[in-house]
Amino acid sequence: MADVEERIRAVLAAHARMPGGVEALDDTADLYAAGMTSHASVNVMLAIEDEFDVEFPERLLRKDTFASVSAIRIALEELLGA
Amino acid sequence: MTGAGELVGEVAAELAHAAATAVGGLEAPSGVVCRAGVDVVAIDEVAGSLATFGDRYARRLFTEGEREDSRWPSAGTSAAEGLAARFAAKEAVVKVLAPDGWAPPWTDIAVRRLPSGQCELEVSGSAAVLATAAGIRSWAVSLTHHGGVAAAVIVAVCDAPPATGEGGTGGWTDDERRGPDG
Repeated sequence: MADVEERIRAVLAAHARMPGGVEALDDTADLYAAGMTSHASVNVMLAIEDEFDVEFPERLLRKDTFASVSAIRIALEELLGA
Repeated sequence: MTGAGELVGEVAAELAHAAATAVGGLEAPSGVVCRAGVDVVAIDEVAGSLATFGDRYARRLFTEGEREDSRWPSAGTSAAEGLAARFAAKEAVVKVLAPDGWAPPWTDIAVRRLPSGQCELEVSGSAAVLATAAGIRSWAVSLTHHGGVAAAVIVAVCDAPPATGEGGTGGWTDDERRGPDG
């Protein structure tokens, strides 16, 4: 899943608007604590959908789904059937 | 919360006025308390999202009525002012409901503009379930935007918590007495 995590990080770099960027964060770091707002997380969700050609169902539209690189990867694994 | 650092001068004054307007519109009979939520959103962030994701963004966050009230899509990214204020309202409602890390779907919380120009809040689905569980009887909402920032103030009239005896805290923690603020 290394490639998946790189693509997630690219989406975060483009849309999460975190003041310190995503490069220095480890996979389990709290993105909200790093400055990602709820509104930015919506952009991240939509960009992840575009990047991976998936659609997040309502049950996954939770704050914790987008709380870290690892959490996004786990949700994607479910959607992609990995 | 977005753009709080830009909330200065006149915008802060308007926000205070909005709060006063919202509270002034409520009746507060005995046995009830008020809870307030506030949030601000940078309008250019919403305009950017509309430009990048278009109708898919608008439909995931806003009800048909909210989109109509904000003139999306007919007004293009100029609809961002109204939509940003409505997003701030949704966030402010979540602060009032404080669902412990979980948030109801965005479209379960909606602001509608009345013919008078005033706004009212509509909650449905899981947001309505949370509101009922919190003892919320009614809502008041006030929106404003200025200087690139949209803001919303929400006030909820709730059933007062049960008293726990003389000199007690009314059953609330310190955080609950202060209300949700962040």
